[in-house]
Amino acid sequence: MSTDRDITRSRLLTRRAVVLGGLQLGLAGTLAGRMYYLQVVDSDRYRVLADDNRVNLRLIAPARGLLLDHVGVALASNEQNFQLLMIAEQVPDIDASLDLIGKIVGLSDGDRKRIVKDVEHKHAFVPVILRENLSWDDVAAIELNTPDLPGISVEAGHLRFYPLSDAAAHLIGYVGSPAEADMNGNPLLSLPGFKIGKAGIEKFHEDDLRGTPGESQMEVNAYGRMIRELARAPGTPGQDVHLTIDAGLQSYAHERLGQENSAAGVVIDVHTGAIYALASYPGFDPNLFSKGIPADVWEELLNDPKVPLTNKASAGQYPPGSTFKMVTALAGLESGAIDLNHEVTCTGSMTLGDHEFHCWKKGGHGTIGLTDAMAHSCDVFFYDVGHRAGINAIAATAAKLGFGAKLGLDLPGERPGLIPTKAWKEATQGETWQQGETLVNAIGQGYVKSTPLQLAVMTARLASSAMTLPHLTKQVDGQSSTRTDWPPLRFNPAHVEAVLAGMEAVTDYGTGQHCQIPDPAMHMAGKSGSAQVRRMSAYEREHHIHSDSLPWKDRDHALFVGYAPVDAPRYACAVIVEHGNHGADAAGPVVRDLLWEAQKRDLARVSVASDTRLSTRNLSAPG
Amino acid sequence: MRLEASSSDYTLLEKIQGIRVSFVALVVTLGAVGIVGMYSAASGSMEPWATKQLIRFVFCLCIMLGLALVDVRVWLKSAYWLYAGVLALLVLVLAMGHTGKGAERWLNLGPVQLQPSELMKITLTLALARYFQGVSAEEIGRIRVLLVPLAIIFVPVAFVLLEPNLGTSLILVAIGGAIFWLAGVRAWKFGLVIGGVLAAIPIIWASMHDYQKSRVLTFLNPERDPRGAGYHITQSKIALGSGGVFGKGFLEGTQSRLNFLPEKHTDFIFTVLAEEWGLIGALSLLALYLVVVGYGFMIGLSCKNQFGRLVAMALSVNLFLYMFINIAMVMGLIPVVGVPLAMISYGGTSMLATMIGFGLILSVCVHRHVRLDRR
Repeated sequence: MSTDRDITRSRLLTRRAVVLGGLQLGLAGTLAGRMYYLQVVDSDRYRVLADDNRVNLRLIAPARGLLLDHVGVALASNEQNFQLLMIAEQVPDIDASLDLIGKIVGLSDGDRKRIVKDVEHKHAFVPVILRENLSWDDVAAIELNTPDLPGISVEAGHLRFYPLSDAAAHLIGYVGSPAEADMNGNPLLSLPGFKIGKAGIEKFHEDDLRGTPGESQMEVNAYGRMIRELARAPGTPGQDVHLTIDAGLQSYAHERLGQENSAAGVVIDVHTGAIYALASYPGFDPNLFSKGIPADVWEELLNDPKVPLTNKASAGQYPPGSTFKMVTALAGLESGAIDLNHEVTCTGSMTLGDHEFHCWKKGGHGTIGLTDAMAHSCDVFFYDVGHRAGINAIAATAAKLGFGAKLGLDLPGERPGLIPTKAWKEATQGETWQQGETLVNAIGQGYVKSTPLQLAVMTARLASSAMTLPHLTKQVDGQSSTRTDWPPLRFNPAHVEAVLAGMEAVTDYGTGQHCQIPDPAMHMAGKSGSAQVRRMSAYEREHHIHSDSLPWKDRDHALFVGYAPVDAPRYACAVIVEHGNHGADAAGPVVRDLLWEAQKRDLARVSVASDTRLSTRNLSAPG
Repeated sequence: MRLEASSSDYTLLEKIQGIRVSFVALVVTLGAVGIVGMYSAASGSMEPWATKQLIRFVFCLCIMLGLALVDVRVWLKSAYWLYAGVLALLVLVLAMGHTGKGAERWLNLGPVQLQPSELMKITLTLALARYFQGVSAEEIGRIRVLLVPLAIIFVPVAFVLLEPNLGTSLILVAIGGAIFWLAGVRAWKFGLVIGGVLAAIPIIWASMHDYQKSRVLTFLNPERDPRGAGYHITQSKIALGSGGVFGKGFLEGTQSRLNFLPEKHTDFIFTVLAEEWGLIGALSLLALYLVVVGYGFMIGLSCKNQFGRLVAMALSVNLFLYMFINIAMVMGLIPVVGVPLAMISYGGTSMLATMIGFGLILSVCVHRHVRLDRR
């Protein structure tokens, strides 16, 4: 052995060990440097990435704003609604569970198909809706069977409820699941079960009613399963929208119109333009839409000849018939074509060129002035006035009274109606205006079309001498829409007085005398009208075949407009009874009852009283 | 072989007193960190890993202390036999692997699963140390003398590569290299080999087909596959980085608790710890390893015989390599090669192999005054 050699070897090894140790320290330093880089220099970036990994934002649907009538009665509210949910991964035997649930609360084949599809397409831990709109009894029955139904739970949600049901369907509208076209990237719309306004006020005020969603920060694991809620930001519920509608009058109007086959009516405040009732019969139950309307019910609604889905009050366009005679009279007076003492001798017809234009009264009215001509609705008098004034003067007056264009109602679907002019005919039909056409349109037939809403507005404007515009929104988000300072109607007051006198005569001793309101303090003035749906043939005229013996769909429309009380007008009303024949007989009593009911309820006073309660702004009641 | 001191030089009591309590304490600390890691990985539960890890650790601790008392001359004498035995096991698993399903690294012996490549790190160390014990500093200068130890290294490396297990093969080469270096092989020879390998790489690369290149690249760097191992390493970096300086707190690691971290109780246990304990915890763990490695070197240097010096230091280098490769891997410094973190990752073989290594280091320590003849 050699100790020296071993010492040499030991020294060499010591040197080598130092080098090796240094190398290891160097490598360890690299690790420490990398740790520093990851955990200090880049830490913020990785913190964000870690949160991106684990935090999942979930929207919480805001409660939809309520729709309230002018004194705060609910027209649309949110009802507690129970849904039955299933988490597939927690259910040992899905088929058996569905069978049992079917026995307890009932499941249609369609339900089951949808459920099976949902289960296939979703993660096993995502709840699938089994059934919506469970009754309390259903919930109780499910709770009772809970031990046999693992993974099945009942969750409370909201269902839009419309207390007035059919009575305000067109007005209020309804909510439904957003269609593909409604999707605008707003994630709220993709929330399961989220509903948006699809029609009516629900649609018009969607932005006010919707609110802003809350946000729930959920912690999720690598597989996307929710672990716990980290934070919750409550959303803002939608704004309540106060309407000018009176729930009581609206229901009454619906009921009253319902005595006819198919009808529509509007009651409006002549000073403010506030609509107290806007009804169209028949209607439909909007509650069906919030629950999801069955296909056969939908088909039935679509194919009904009485068009229950159409709001006839603002979207139905009809020839106004004799209710248009106020326009012709004013046009004659304002254009100077006639004066207040103008008289015409009615022989039962008027001849222009080689055409004969008949008065509704065979044998004629004799010599007649404006007041009586309105009271008895003499056609020949208004042929004459129309002929003298010309179609363009009539159109100008009609425009001032709210015809021929949309009135800007705060409700989707309003139609403009039509008031013809010479230029209009040339532009649309390429033909020159015939003088005879002036006569026909002067009595509200021919091209003239108007909506019941426009007729009510005309009546209101005449009664208040102001350019009243109709509206349904009373107050939203603390902003009152009630307006009384409408610009004045720029007609000679004496001319308007004469027309109003004619309307008073209608209910005093004219065509509407049988439908006057019995209470003298509530007396109304008005005007009847019948609108031909089908032109009478010479044969029918000769053989005294009247409209009322024709099939229902060929009969004349019955119209009536009125305002009350006569001495201090407050309410204006227009009603159409489709195919109701004579305006005075069919529509007159409806207008009477609506105006009567409105006065009995004293809506204007109640509304103003509630208005001071609703807003800090004090409104003085005019008139 | 003539021994300058016989085993009767030490009584059992003296041997027990020779065991460094501080070294054992360091080992226990490492084991404890591992159990805390298991507890964290299970989101604050002793099940399913921590309890088993604890039992294993106690078992391995007994083995370590038992081995520490075995005379270093026994190791010297049996070194080649042990090497040959483990080599036979390697061949055996390879044969079984071929009849089984694909890459089989495990030898299933009833309740104990054994990974022969892990044991090879120890027996390779013993065999090389045994060889260089008998080689003088002058003799090492001769190339001929290095042929046998080169064979000792590359025969098992070849088998491990066939498993295939690139990571362990490289570790075996590195351990062999470390022993060559410590034994005194000339520095220029290392330079020659390293230079040769570096020069060969571009030539081999250029001669490969594209699909082969792609395969090699994916093998070397699984991050190329963003949905597979690339996802793992990204999540690991997020976990580490989001831990910051002070960490998210015990059991508060979101990446591990919510299962964004893959293999969190095995290869990525360092990430779990670093996410919860931050840079401070990570550096402390790194320091702990360095202290243990340094301790092993000190024991080696204080040893009076070459065999003991080489064994203690090479096994320390082995521990260091283990730690370095694993941590560098989870931090995205090197490709994911599937090397566990010694003493801390869940798993019996790795811990058993490491603790056997510690037992041998302690044995060297206890018997450091024993002088051995070169021949």
